[in-house]
Amino acid sequence: MFTTIQIILLAIVIFAISRVYLRFKEGILSRQATFFWLFIWISGLIGVSLPQTTTRIAELFGVGRGVDIIVYISLALLFYLVFRIYVMIEDLRSEITFLVRQIALQNSSKKSPRALSSSRRRGPIKK
Amino acid sequence: MKAVIVLPAYNEASVIRQVIANLPKKLNGISNLEYVVINDGSTDQTGAIAKKEGIKILSHIINRGLGAAIKTGIDYAKSQDVDLFVTFDSDGQHNPRDIQKVINPILQEKADLVIGTRFKNKQKVPLDRLIINKLANLATLLFFGVLTTDSQSGLRAFSKKAIKHIDFKADKMDFSSEILLEAKRHNLKVIEVPIDLIYTPYSREKGQKNMNALSIFAKFLVRLYR
Repeated sequence: MFTTIQIILLAIVIFAISRVYLRFKEGILSRQATFFWLFIWISGLIGVSLPQTTTRIAELFGVGRGVDIIVYISLALLFYLVFRIYVMIEDLRSEITFLVRQIALQNSSKKSPRALSSSRRRGPIKK
Repeated sequence: MKAVIVLPAYNEASVIRQVIANLPKKLNGISNLEYVVINDGSTDQTGAIAKKEGIKILSHIINRGLGAAIKTGIDYAKSQDVDLFVTFDSDGQHNPRDIQKVINPILQEKADLVIGTRFKNKQKVPLDRLIINKLANLATLLFFGVLTTDSQSGLRAFSKKAIKHIDFKADKMDFSSEILLEAKRHNLKVIEVPIDLIYTPYSREKGQKNMNALSIFAKFLVRLYR
């Protein structure tokens, strides 16, 4: 019989798996990303419904409790995902800048440049 | 010889007119001189004021940062097939007479990239700026292996060879160090020329924020180890 916390966690995991499936059907997630997320959530599903499996895995890695190995792996995975998201944001920034630059250059080529004004004043900067 | 001098500007409405007015109309060794303001998504009247002064403007529709603005200038210079490219801050911190100083080594074919260093002349520099600059120079040395006295200087001159080869990714202030790395990667001759530094409360406020140094440091790491 499942405990209350197991039921709550199972509901969350099943909800997450359904979202992964729907995003894949919509074409938002690639096949590769879908497999990755399904692997993560199905591992979670097994871990929650059969807690003794995590204890066996923990013993394999020399860690005392099953819950500890879950925390360690989750932390490592989270750090890696945050790093990937940071890199992705940097790539997006770079693409936005490229677009902004192309627009600026294209707009400038449409206009004819003028020479520097001959009536320019000289003198110290006033603020 | 054809030269393009770019002034990257972001919300510089209070000083841009005077900065443009003070620019030299002629430079020795330059037969075709063009000034270009890169209006980096300013939300004030910077673009309109520069336009009134009759200077060419390239406008970013949104703010992308100093590095992005300089790269737009380089792309423009490439499209114009120029022999010389100069960057000049539009916050009034540079002496316009120093433009000739930074282009001379390129005209004499002594360098491909000239950095106007603000810390070789004996002049009063606020302590926090001095420390930040030293740290930036140290980071440039540690991460890129390039020794410099002013990695963050806004007054630089590029030869045709440097324009062709230097290609940096950084959009913000960290592009300055990346330029030096690119110069090293392509075996470009880099020299530093002492220039004046006009620190005003305005240019201090507009310049690199002290806390930005941490963000630049983080970006260095990510760019190197991504």
